[in-house]
Amino acid sequence: MTWDEMLELMKPATVETFQMVGVASVCTVLLGLPLGLLLVLTDRGGALQNIPVNRVLGTVVNVGRSLPFIILMVALQGFTKALTSTTIGWEAATVPLTIGAIPFFARLVETSVREVDGGLLEAVHAMGGGTWTSVRKVMLPESLPALVSSTVTTVIALIGFSAMAGTVGGGGLGTLAVNYGYQRFETTFMWVIVAELVIIVMAIQLIGDLIVRRLADRGGSGGKTRLLRPRDTPSEKDEELVLPH
Amino acid sequence: MITTKDLTKVYRTRGREVTALAGVDLHVREGEVYGVVGTSGAGKSTLIRCVNMLERPSSGTVTVDGVDLTALPGTENRAGRDLRDARRRIGMVFQHFNLLASRTVQENVELPLEIIGLDRTQRRRKAGELLELVGLADKARTYPSQLSGGQKQRVGIARALAGDPKVLLSDEATSALDPETTRSILALLRDLNRQLGLTVLLITHEMDVIKSVCDSAALMRGGRVVEAGKLTELLATERSELARELFPLGEFGQGHPGNTVLEITFQGDTSARPFVSQLARTYQIDINILGAAVETIAGRMVGRMRVELPGGHQDNVVPIGLLREQGLQVDVLDATDGAAA
Repeated sequence: MTWDEMLELMKPATVETFQMVGVASVCTVLLGLPLGLLLVLTDRGGALQNIPVNRVLGTVVNVGRSLPFIILMVALQGFTKALTSTTIGWEAATVPLTIGAIPFFARLVETSVREVDGGLLEAVHAMGGGTWTSVRKVMLPESLPALVSSTVTTVIALIGFSAMAGTVGGGGLGTLAVNYGYQRFETTFMWVIVAELVIIVMAIQLIGDLIVRRLADRGGSGGKTRLLRPRDTPSEKDEELVLPH
Repeated sequence: MITTKDLTKVYRTRGREVTALAGVDLHVREGEVYGVVGTSGAGKSTLIRCVNMLERPSSGTVTVDGVDLTALPGTENRAGRDLRDARRRIGMVFQHFNLLASRTVQENVELPLEIIGLDRTQRRRKAGELLELVGLADKARTYPSQLSGGQKQRVGIARALAGDPKVLLSDEATSALDPETTRSILALLRDLNRQLGLTVLLITHEMDVIKSVCDSAALMRGGRVVEAGKLTELLATERSELARELFPLGEFGQGHPGNTVLEITFQGDTSARPFVSQLARTYQIDINILGAAVETIAGRMVGRMRVELPGGHQDNVVPIGLLREQGLQVDVLDATDGAAA
């Protein structure tokens, strides 16, 4: 195989991978974020405390996370067909990708939101804010850096899953690597595709880290960069403030 | 302004019951600064959190500005509409400030205004005024992480005042601050109390806080209020524990056996009178001054003096009577062990 041949094949496959991962990521965030919040809110001490609901949600999430993706894909074929009227190609692959990633992302959201200082929620309650206010004004903005990190982790996991979807006709770079690299023994081509995936993953991680650092630098919570900042920048002492007497 | 009636709070955890409040009656008058003092575990934190229903009392009532908050529906984690409305008129400041790290100082102050539902321009103007009031107008655009502890608490106070509350609750607001910053924050609370007619209920474990800003105080122990009242009255009360704590004379000399030791407390204009020399002259007795201190408590000069008179209590009934006649508060101590006789 020449480089030109390889490129010819890789271009559409790359686009497919991006489409598949992009759509699945957006759907995962849209559905996983509320699920993660519900896991926190319905738990003991939460604003919507409801232990039975919390248990059910927790179990669903755990089951979803423990199912091997390849089995999930096969098991969901009927559902996928109903939704996209096909079971092959990148459009079809987004369905199991999304379903597989939602529980994973929801747990990450749960952990991130739990990190928010309870004192802040108390402050909002003392101001007369309700549950929705707590979620919108405190929980989400205060955990934003951690939520962005979680999203990046999820997108990268989705890239891995999408390559696996390739083995059963999911399209994208995964299909290419399996069909050519594995089944036709084009080892070089396989490694080229792997290299491309590595570069994509690294680029996404880099961009994500930059965003997280940006957000954390405003003083937000979470994010590794927080450790690099001095906790309390020594600033002007209080005595220079003259009190109105 | 704030009245609690027979307030109790019992925590139940895994079969164990812990009584945090065992029947607390508190009455905070409009426009005063009221301090609740006690050691940790005395229930003072639970008490203040019960005032705005951050904790639901197990029984009893809490009335703030004429509204019985205990009657308003809602749970600890989820308040009903009426309770939320009532809370908007009660400001609260916290020991650890509880500022949102993702918002600038100005945006933090705007948060309660967003909850009230003011539009952008109104919020901006109001937040500007409040930051001006607490002396932080130049910090509007900085993030809380860039501020010192005292500055953070000023933001906390500005935020608590956003809803034009009549009542401000202060939950150990100065306990995380150094002594100097504590003084400036207390002075600010005092100023706000005077300028805005704000009623302040604060809890603290530091007597100094009570001494420097409070008009009234309550001492809590084991979930009960053991003593309460105006500071000036407490100081005039014989054997008041709070007064003794506010104005400790313990380290002074205890006198000689057989003599009479008096603790004389004088307030305001009585402090200007030369009662010692008057006593010595009138009764021809030698007065030994064991110790004396003068302090400003609740904005008034208060002095306390421990003196020793020759002879037992019987011999000194007349001089003691004279002192009491002059409006001085006289506690007679037993010379041998220093305890109140």
